[in-house]
Amino acid sequence: MKSPNPTGADTQELVLEIKRLRKTFGQRQVLKGLDIRLRPGQCLALLGPNGAGKTTTIRIVLGLVIATDGEIKVFGKPLPRFLRDVKYDIGVVPQMDNLDPDLSVLENLLVYASYFRIKRKVVRERAHELLSFFALHNRRDEIIQNLSGGQRRRLLLARALINKPKLLILDEPTIGLDPQARLLIWERLEHLRKKGTTMLLTSHYMEEVARLATTVIIIDHGKSIARGRPDKIVKEMLGTEIMEFSGSMEKLEGLEDLLKTCDVLAERVDDRLFVYVKNGCPELDYATRDFPMVVKRPATLEDLFLKLTGRKLRET
Amino acid sequence: MYQVWHRNFRVWLKHIQASLIGNLGQPFLFLLAMGYGLGRSVPEIEGLTYLQFIAPGLVASSVMYGAAFEATYGSYTRLSTQGTFEAILMTPISVQELAMGEILWGATKGLIGGIIMLVTLPLFGVTPSIWSAALIPVLFAEGIIFSALGLIMTAVATNYDFFNYFTSLVITPLFLFSGIFFSLKAIGDPLRQFLYFLPLSSVVELSRTFCYGRLDWNIGLELLNVSFFSISCTVIAIFLLKRRLIQ
Repeated sequence: MKSPNPTGADTQELVLEIKRLRKTFGQRQVLKGLDIRLRPGQCLALLGPNGAGKTTTIRIVLGLVIATDGEIKVFGKPLPRFLRDVKYDIGVVPQMDNLDPDLSVLENLLVYASYFRIKRKVVRERAHELLSFFALHNRRDEIIQNLSGGQRRRLLLARALINKPKLLILDEPTIGLDPQARLLIWERLEHLRKKGTTMLLTSHYMEEVARLATTVIIIDHGKSIARGRPDKIVKEMLGTEIMEFSGSMEKLEGLEDLLKTCDVLAERVDDRLFVYVKNGCPELDYATRDFPMVVKRPATLEDLFLKLTGRKLRET
Repeated sequence: MYQVWHRNFRVWLKHIQASLIGNLGQPFLFLLAMGYGLGRSVPEIEGLTYLQFIAPGLVASSVMYGAAFEATYGSYTRLSTQGTFEAILMTPISVQELAMGEILWGATKGLIGGIIMLVTLPLFGVTPSIWSAALIPVLFAEGIIFSALGLIMTAVATNYDFFNYFTSLVITPLFLFSGIFFSLKAIGDPLRQFLYFLPLSSVVELSRTFCYGRLDWNIGLELLNVSFFSISCTVIAIFLLKRRLIQ
């Protein structure tokens, strides 16, 4: 659907550049100086707990929320001045399904294309292409109410691509879907990414981020607290492995003391001790023998996320 | 703007029957009950039989109802439960264009009802003059007034029940006191001036004037009043919808 972008050139214009973005709703500061840079062909994931400011950031880029302060450029053009211009080349999959229930599947694409002033002849062909690509072709005359959750999400994706966007914004694109439906969408998104589509993704699913994103930014309380390649960032900030010890307080405290000489990160959560291992540590191997209950596994993005944003429930 | 209008038109075509009957039923029933029923025991007003007297006003009222209901219940559904407005605003369409598209659509829907009323009047023995054609732009401007008023309500509504205020405090009083069913000329002065100023009264007067080709100098003032209301209501509606949709 898109030709691959030439890569490697430093002079290449950023698709999205956000500097010191702030937003205050009444007393509540949602964004406190967020910076984002997105290069052509990249898939940038914003990861953060509920209320971290991910969706607000997206809504600011779309002009649905007015920023309190900060600079935003899309395709090198400053917002909000060039908002309309810029939106001709943006496709959005919103978190909340807002397909048009008054229209059929195919009509949803045709009518949406009209908002971008795309010529009718071109649209028909593109709509059919997209319906095939997202395995919806035999449901094209169906009304929206009769579609499954997965089909609706796929239609939202098809709709987001109807204007051949240079930037695809995905706000939790697989939220609430079963594993099969999610896999199909991931596969299609990977396909698009390989063809060079630039994407801005928000998600709670670490697997989704690890699979799709080329860069991840972890956001908490309206600020970015970590950024990097999903695989690298875990290794650099946490380590390669994680060990979970459980046992009596005494024993865990003893272990903590023992580990002070080691190059490891240790975190106590109630009756558990999480140890993130960067390099080998003889004390640790020794200690393991004393604990019958040890889980040892590779460190993941989820571990990093929980380490950085805490294990407590967030309800803002 | 046109795209928003066209989206609504497309949906309307799908349910054209239900929509037309829903909007036309009421004014026709009034015409029958009041015109034929009550009219037989009412003397002539301003040289017209009672049926002739109320028919042009009911044309105006059908435009008001059509436009006002579309811009409240219709637009509010698109704004709230369906998320249609938000989906549209993710595209290059601006809030102003969205508001204008909705207002023009509401006006169109009102006008469709008004025109159907107008062309069926001969069936009731009311023969319109050639001036009736001049009424069409007036009815469209009236449609803009009431769909903009409806959109103002939509922009501040928190649920559907909110529109009860609009219906009982604005639409129904206008329907009853805008000179459709009785001549405003008979009323004492300060009140009469106020009633003449109401947007529907001007249209009712214009409608009667054009239907029977009895042109007079009041037309200018009435047209001015209709323009004033249509422009100011539109400006307010755009402002309030923007405040509602952009945080």
